[in-house]
Amino acid sequence: MAFELPKLSYSYSALEPHIDARTMEIHHTKHHAAYTNNLNAAVQGTNVSNKRIEEIMAVVSKLPVAIRNNGGGYYNHNLYWEILTPGGANAPHGVLLDAINDSFGSVDSFKEAFVKAAVTRFGSGWAWLIQKENKLVVSSTPNQDNPLMDVAEVQGTPILGIDVWEHAYYLNYQNRRPDYVEAFWNLINWDEVARRFKG
Amino acid sequence: MAFELPALPYAHDALEPYISAVTLQFHHLKHHQAYVNNVNNLIVGTPFENATLEEIVRKADGGIFNNGAQVYNHTFYFEQFAADGCREPQGELKAAIEKDFGSTEAFKEQFNKAAATLFGSGWAWLVKTADGRLEIVQTSNAGCPLRDGKTPLLTCDVWEHAYYLDKQNLRPKYIEDFWKVVDWQVISKRFSA
Repeated sequence: MAFELPKLSYSYSALEPHIDARTMEIHHTKHHAAYTNNLNAAVQGTNVSNKRIEEIMAVVSKLPVAIRNNGGGYYNHNLYWEILTPGGANAPHGVLLDAINDSFGSVDSFKEAFVKAAVTRFGSGWAWLIQKENKLVVSSTPNQDNPLMDVAEVQGTPILGIDVWEHAYYLNYQNRRPDYVEAFWNLINWDEVARRFKG
Repeated sequence: MAFELPALPYAHDALEPYISAVTLQFHHLKHHQAYVNNVNNLIVGTPFENATLEEIVRKADGGIFNNGAQVYNHTFYFEQFAADGCREPQGELKAAIEKDFGSTEAFKEQFNKAAATLFGSGWAWLVKTADGRLEIVQTSNAGCPLRDGKTPLLTCDVWEHAYYLDKQNLRPKYIEDFWKVVDWQVISKRFSA
């Protein structure tokens, strides 16, 4: 069963002005599509060709690097599109809010840690909010690695992630990654983040 | 002694249509400048405060390495282009390329592959090894072959910021156009140095 490029639940222009339609369209139809196609080619004939993407991530150290790179690219972008929504939705609430307060002291302290991780990741990569048992932690990964991978420095379940590859923001923000990270904050679907959190 | 952003040996629009003026302006005046500013701030009060850029590239780690090596790499990258340069390898360098790769075409094919397949941000390089052979290497992020005792001769920046405004996801198209602005006289001088 081949991996499929997911459809977005909103239009390419729906996240403007924070993320422009052209960036969205290229990001989805070119970058994400290429990771999906390359992943399908990379798993063909291997013993993980029928596994779920999460299961593949967990054993990625034993697999060809093309599966790590493209599998990560496939999974990470799936998550990215899902935790975004036009205008953002809600704010951290319920058990997720409690966990953020427990782990970081406050929503503001959490945001500060997350923004710092996103801005200081050198080169291409992602910053994450990760559930590790009952705690939340912020980390970042290089390239298309993610916290589900057995190679990740900080492992756990990602519940929020920001793409800081330059392709995610360069047409709109060029060298100003901090402006993109700040704009991203206006688009977070906290209902979806809460759904991914297992309280 | 603080490092300074070197001026380009050509105008920002000199490499059009292959590399646009807006790309070169951001690349030089924002990215390259930021690496210069960052390394100058980071070396204060460290053993690298009076080091040369080459010493930083060879020995530093963390932020000092990342920013120092990016200053070195970008200066090296920008200096190898010219609007009316020599577009093919010449003389001794040409002979060395033919000896180590078979032909200029075979060399370009291997170099293109290295540049196209480097995953994430980084650089593709033509280098001279300690025993005088030519090799193609890839480095991630700020990586630089000087650190491995190799002499860089030619480099292609494949961070997305080097081409995204012009080519978006089409990195191979950027690499194809890269050859149209390389001045092989500069590469020959590096080879003979």
